[in-house]
Amino acid sequence: MSYTGWILLTASLVGLSCGFIGVLLILRRMAMMADAISHTVLLGIVVAYLVTRELSGVHMLIGAVTAGLLTSLFVQWLHARGVQQEASIGVVFTSLFAIGVVLIATKVGNAHLDIQHTLMGEITYIPWELTELPWIGAVPEAVVLLSGVLVVVVGVILAFYKEWKITSFDPALAASLGIPVVLMHYVFMSLVSITTVAAFDAVGAIMVVAMLITPAAAAYLWTDRLLVMMGLSGVFGVIAAFMGYYIAVWLDTSISGSMAFSTGIIFMISFLFSPRHGLASRLVRPADQI
Amino acid sequence: MMILSANTQWVLLSTMMLGMAAGVVGCFAYWKRQSLMSDALSHAALPGVVAGFAVLGTKSLPFMLGGAALSALLGALFIQWIRTSSRVKEDAAMGIVLSVFFGLGIMLLTLANRLPGGQQSGLDSFIFGQSASMVRQDVYTMLGVTLLVLIVTLVAWKEWKLFLFDPQFGGGLGLSGRVMNLLYMVLLVLVIVIGIQAAGVILMAALLIMPGVSARYWTHSYGGMIGLAALFGGASGAVGTLVSASGNGWPTGPFIVLTASVLFVISLTLGTSKGLLVMLLQHRAQRAALTKQHTHPAHETVERGG
Repeated sequence: MSYTGWILLTASLVGLSCGFIGVLLILRRMAMMADAISHTVLLGIVVAYLVTRELSGVHMLIGAVTAGLLTSLFVQWLHARGVQQEASIGVVFTSLFAIGVVLIATKVGNAHLDIQHTLMGEITYIPWELTELPWIGAVPEAVVLLSGVLVVVVGVILAFYKEWKITSFDPALAASLGIPVVLMHYVFMSLVSITTVAAFDAVGAIMVVAMLITPAAAAYLWTDRLLVMMGLSGVFGVIAAFMGYYIAVWLDTSISGSMAFSTGIIFMISFLFSPRHGLASRLVRPADQI
Repeated sequence: MMILSANTQWVLLSTMMLGMAAGVVGCFAYWKRQSLMSDALSHAALPGVVAGFAVLGTKSLPFMLGGAALSALLGALFIQWIRTSSRVKEDAAMGIVLSVFFGLGIMLLTLANRLPGGQQSGLDSFIFGQSASMVRQDVYTMLGVTLLVLIVTLVAWKEWKLFLFDPQFGGGLGLSGRVMNLLYMVLLVLVIVIGIQAAGVILMAALLIMPGVSARYWTHSYGGMIGLAALFGGASGAVGTLVSASGNGWPTGPFIVLTASVLFVISLTLGTSKGLLVMLLQHRAQRAALTKQHTHPAHETVERGG
C-alpha cells in the first residue's frame, strides 16, 4: 500500500475505535475523564520505558492501562473524601501528567520519547516502522496494534452490549438487576486506556480527546438509537481522519492538529443542521413540536 | 546556595504573584464547580497566542496575550452555546472545545514556525511554559495584571462572597449576578492568559485547581481558604520556577505543578480539617471510646446478649 494509504488507514482505525468508545463516554458523562486518562497515559508509558528500557507495544499497553486505572481509582478515592468530582479529576491528572513530563525532561529525553511527539503524535513516521506478518507481508506496527485494539473494543462492546446499555442509561436499575456496575466501570476505563495508548503514537495525547469526544457528541445530535449512534460516530471519526489529512496536506501543517480540527467541523455541522437536534431545524420546526 | 541574577529574581517574583492570583481565582472556580472549565479555557487560548504572533510577525506579548484572551473567551462562549442550545452536556462541550481549539492551535503553530522568525519566537514554550523565555517587559506585564486581579478580589471581597454562596440573596440586595459572572469570567481568563507563558497551556489549570483544593484541608472559612490558596499558589509558583531554572531547558509548568501536588499531598495527609491523619486519629478515639462504653458496664452487654 502507498504511504498515504497507510496514514489514512492508521487514522481511520483511530477514528473507529475512538468513535465507538466515545459514544459510551458521552452517555456516561465521562468526557472529562477521557481527557484525564489521555494525559496520564503518558506517565504509564514513561515508567514502562524506564523499567524496561524499550518502547514495545506490550509494555506500553500494560503501563498505560495501569496508569488509566490508577487515575480513575485516585479520582474516585478523592471524590469519596469530599473533593468535587471535577476538581479531583483536575488534581489527579495534572499531577500525574506533570510527573510524566518532568521524567521525560530530566531522565529520558531521547529520540524515541520526547514531549513534542507524545503530545502531538507523529503519524508521518508510522508507515516507516514496519513489522512482518505471516500471509500479509510488511505492515506498520501501529496498524497491527490499532487493529488489535479495535477488535478488542468491538468485541467487548458487542459481547456485553445489553449490559453496557443498561449501565450507561440506568446504573441504578443495572445494580438492582445484579449487573456488576463497578466492575463494568473499571473494564470501561481499561478500554479507554488501551484505545488511548494505541492512538497515542498516531495522533498524540490531546488529539485522542478530540477523536474520543467530538464525533460521538456529533452522532448524539443525529439519533436516539445506541447502535446507530455508534455507527455514525465511527463514520464521523473516519471522515475526520480523511478530511484532516487532506487539509494538512493542502496547508502543509500538522496532521493530527488538522484531524482534531476536522472533528470540530463535523460537530459544528451537526450542531447547526442536524434534522433532529440541530439549531436550524429547531428554528424551522413549528413551535408546538419542540 | 545559589546566587540569583536580578532577572531571575524578577521572574521569581512574577511567578509567585501569578501563583497567588491563580490560587485566589481558583477558589472562585472551585466554589462555582468550574474547575475543569479553567482547563478547557487554557487549552483554548493556544490558537489565539499563535494568531497574535502571526498578525505582527514578531513576538509581542500584549498582542499574543490579547489573542489568547480572545480565543479563551470564544471557547467559553462556545461551551455555553453548546450546553444551552443542544442536548450535549457540559463535560462533553468542554472536551470538544478543549481538543478542537488545541488542534487548531497546533495547526497554526506548525504554520507559524515556518514564518521568518517563527522558530526563534519561543512559541513552543507556551505549551509547557518556559519562564526563562520571559524578558523584563513580560515580567512587568505579568506583575501588573496579577496585581489588578488581586486588587479586584480584595476590593469586592464581600460582593464575591455573596455572589458565590448566595446569589439570590445578593440579587435581592441589588448585586447583579450577571455583572459578577462577567467579572469572574474576565478574572479567570486574565489569570490563565498571563499564566500560560510561565506555566504553559496544558498545565495552567493545575495552578488554579490545586491550591484551593489543598487549602480545603486546613480551613473551611471563606477568607482562610482564599488566603491559604494564595499562599500555596505563590509557593508553588516560586519553588517550581527555582527548580526548573536549575536545569538546562527544563520546562517550568510541570515543576510548578509538581510543587503544587506536593503541597496537596501534605495537606491531604496532615491537614487539620478532614486531613487523613486527623480523620484516622478521630476514628481511633471514637472506637476506643465506644469499646470502653461497651465493655465497662459488663452486665449491660450480658443482658442484651441474652
